[in-house]
Amino acid sequence: MGIRFILMVNKQGQTRLAQYYEWLTVEERRALEGEIVRKCLARNEQQCSFVEHRNYKIVYRRYASLFFLVGVDNDENELAILEFIHLLVETMDRHFGNVCELDIMFHLEKAHFMLEEMVMNGSIVETSKANILSPIQLMEKAT
Amino acid sequence: MSGPSLMDSLFQRSLEDLIKGLRQQLIGEQAFISKSLEEIRKEIKSTDLSTKSTALLKLSYLSNLHFHDMSFAVFPALEVLSSPRFSHKKIAYHAILLSFHDSTPILLLITNHLRKDLNSTNEFEVSLALQCLSRIANVDLARDLTPEVFTLLSSNKLYVRKRAVAVVLRVFEKYPDSVRVCFKRLVENLENSDPQILSAVVGVFSELVLKIFSKLAPLEPRLAKRVVEPICDLMRNTGATSLLFECIRTVVTSLSEYESAVRLAVGKVRGFLVDEDPNLKYLGLQALRIVAEKHLWAVAENKEVVIKSLSDADPNIKIESLRLVMAMVSEHNVSEMSRVLVNYALKSDPVFCNEILGSILSTCSRNLYEIIVDFDWYVSLLGEMSRIPHCQMGDEIENQLIDIGLRVKDVRPELVHVARDLLIDPALLGNSFLHGVLSAAAWESGEYVEFSRNPLELMEALLQPRTNLLPPSIRAIYIQSAFKVLVFCLHTCIMQGESIAPSASLDYLPSGVSASASYELFDDFSVENGADATVVHGQTRASAPITEESIVDLLNLVELAFGPLLGSHDVEELGPVSLSAQGKVCLPNGLVLKENLSDLEMICGDIEPSSSNSFSFGNPNEEKDGLSFSSLQIKEDSEQPHESTSLLAEHRKRHGLYYLPLRKSEIISNDYPPANDPTLQGDINDNADHLVKLTAESLVPKRKPNHSKPRPVVVKLDEVNEKPVAMKQPESRDNSLSGAVREVLFGSEDILPTSSQSNLSNSSKRKGKEKQHTDPHVESKESAVGDGNSSSRRRSQGKERRQRSPRKKNDEERKDTVQKEKKNRSGRHKSIQRAEEPLKVPAQTSVIPDFLL
Repeated sequence: MGIRFILMVNKQGQTRLAQYYEWLTVEERRALEGEIVRKCLARNEQQCSFVEHRNYKIVYRRYASLFFLVGVDNDENELAILEFIHLLVETMDRHFGNVCELDIMFHLEKAHFMLEEMVMNGSIVETSKANILSPIQLMEKAT
Repeated sequence: MSGPSLMDSLFQRSLEDLIKGLRQQLIGEQAFISKSLEEIRKEIKSTDLSTKSTALLKLSYLSNLHFHDMSFAVFPALEVLSSPRFSHKKIAYHAILLSFHDSTPILLLITNHLRKDLNSTNEFEVSLALQCLSRIANVDLARDLTPEVFTLLSSNKLYVRKRAVAVVLRVFEKYPDSVRVCFKRLVENLENSDPQILSAVVGVFSELVLKIFSKLAPLEPRLAKRVVEPICDLMRNTGATSLLFECIRTVVTSLSEYESAVRLAVGKVRGFLVDEDPNLKYLGLQALRIVAEKHLWAVAENKEVVIKSLSDADPNIKIESLRLVMAMVSEHNVSEMSRVLVNYALKSDPVFCNEILGSILSTCSRNLYEIIVDFDWYVSLLGEMSRIPHCQMGDEIENQLIDIGLRVKDVRPELVHVARDLLIDPALLGNSFLHGVLSAAAWESGEYVEFSRNPLELMEALLQPRTNLLPPSIRAIYIQSAFKVLVFCLHTCIMQGESIAPSASLDYLPSGVSASASYELFDDFSVENGADATVVHGQTRASAPITEESIVDLLNLVELAFGPLLGSHDVEELGPVSLSAQGKVCLPNGLVLKENLSDLEMICGDIEPSSSNSFSFGNPNEEKDGLSFSSLQIKEDSEQPHESTSLLAEHRKRHGLYYLPLRKSEIISNDYPPANDPTLQGDINDNADHLVKLTAESLVPKRKPNHSKPRPVVVKLDEVNEKPVAMKQPESRDNSLSGAVREVLFGSEDILPTSSQSNLSNSSKRKGKEKQHTDPHVESKESAVGDGNSSSRRRSQGKERRQRSPRKKNDEERKDTVQKEKKNRSGRHKSIQRAEEPLKVPAQTSVIPDFLL
């Protein structure tokens, strides 16, 4: 319901983060990621950021070298998802300070934790950067 | 593999080391990964929880990004879960989220862990557990942990409660009985003044309500009335595009009865369409498409923009605009539209070209070609489409050509003409996409050869040497059609009174062919005795007189073309079937051979058996339909003599099955029945008519052609039956959940109507996912619902309202909260400040007095 999955993929097509909100086997995931990444990376700047794939939509946006792809149900508001992606990037930026692809690669679990704070069961439950980051910062302080 | 040692845990690679190592690629990625996996396997067996958890972390990383199977780590993950340290727990839950699913065998073991964590005092642990539950819940887990979730729904901590609400839906889904337990708490949460909770609850309700009420009665009209005004205001005032889009979508999907709202929405959509941003263009086109169903004027207004978008750079936009253009097609403009679109297709890339052709084909063939008035033009369009270079729609064109030939009698001359054009062109034979079309053309030219202007030409086309490029099945059709043409020519020649004795003509035929050909000729003569000579003459439109010489030429051609075939092992000779062999064929069920067929006499009494060449299709269908006794009837009827006086009467009798029964007097006129008369086409699907049609055939059963495409005329009926079956499936899935919720709703009469209020707001807002604000207070009000559903579900929400009785004391409070929330959510991050002030005022004053009960 709502969001089905969130992917971060670099320009070469390598997945940097994958968060699924419904169960798919490893093969299915591989196939899905391959297909979607191919479709989205082939598009250029002038084309719109929404791609229809099977029975859901992919909303994507490119930030520097990383593509953020979110797979959503058909009745979801695409523009709102674009804003969600931006919120995600801003949150990571606040935490890592000038986030780049390497940060996500080396601190993948933190990125996952952030996502877990924001989205639950496919619905967005938190949009306040402060609220999202506070548990993570607490945890870092503790360890 | 030796057991884990102290050395392993001391020198364990951390996740960071792993990643660095991967990136360094000293020994190649695959090798490095397999080495790491081995290390991980060792480490994960260690007794030290830290080692284990690091190993788990590394494994999650590898599994997530490099698609490795994590299932061996299931047990260790559980072990790490039991650690008191939060970081370990976090890592363990993370791993579990990635790897557990419904069929993981030890899912049961996790129940206790979850329960412990759900009951813990640390809110983060609780949320971890909830998050986990939301992802991996299955029936057992849901059932066992319902009481815990129930408790959490009323927890003091906002953080926890919010997440509990989000999980609740998942729990409901998996274990519908939990609804009884949790529903009340959930509803109580609606009373909560915190917008975060409220939005979460509303989200759950939207999802639930969809499942329950989506099949119930229609839109609650009063709800719509209330909501329209605020939405229109929002549309006018908001500065945020996503919210604007949300409102537009709401209006066009569910509030389409309100003209002013729709107009406003369409105006905004127009703004989207002319915007530079391709995203907005795309969304504008999508919104227009939804509007188009009821308000075609909106599309007509924006026609130029839509057509311009057909040549946009973005393929998505092109496809959307194509769909819109298709929506605008009607009877009057179908030919111009198709002309324009075909021109576009010629200029576009292959993919889009085929999209265009496909959509033209499907639109024109909808509902038995209801928008087509001029079939002659359509048939020639089909021929033209087959010639377009990138065309891959050969199958569809083939289907339609044959379908139209079967259904629409009057277009057959044109059809044969188009077929002839296709067959004559040798270039088309090499194109594998067109084989279907060519086979259709060949079949039709054989079938309706009497309408052709120059059968000799047809014959040459069918026999041209390049036909050996075609696959055998299609060649077979060519051969059969060639024979049909041949027989027809012979027939007309004979009719014209040429003196060719049957025996003489046989001499010309090669031996292998003579058996079948002579049989046909024999039969023709028997029919000829009964058939009306004038009728046949009337049918023939041959411009070239068929003389004896031309017949001889034809036969020579045939011999030339087919002689070599006889030698090849592809061709088999069909001998007669002996009686004993026939006896061994078991009768299909339902076939009653001995029954009195006198009833048929009544029906078919005045139907003349038409010439031998027509209606040669369909016998295979007859078997399929279980009407196989009709084939026996064929033999009987073929000997019926027929007397007629006037041309019209005999035409009517010949085409009797296409006329409505005599009692409808308006049909007895001098006009041909119109080609696309729906009653005409409807008859064809009718089995009785089918039977009648076939009893008119004069074919000997042996002459049944072996078509590679038995065109099933009953296609439509199948489709009709499929739909109800397909619809049942989603119902059964939702039944248990909806049943449970319905029980709860109807069981307790004093449930709040507040849900309906929040539904009101939800419907007007759907989900606005807003950006972060710097002001935390404002932020909390702005936090959005996770998911909403289209406001077409509002109607179901309206339904829900009706079934709840009001609780008056909380009314005012409810409304205020909800109104405020509604207004609050209207402001976006930029306009939030200014939005709040003016809107707060109306919030207090416009209190909705009644609950629409």
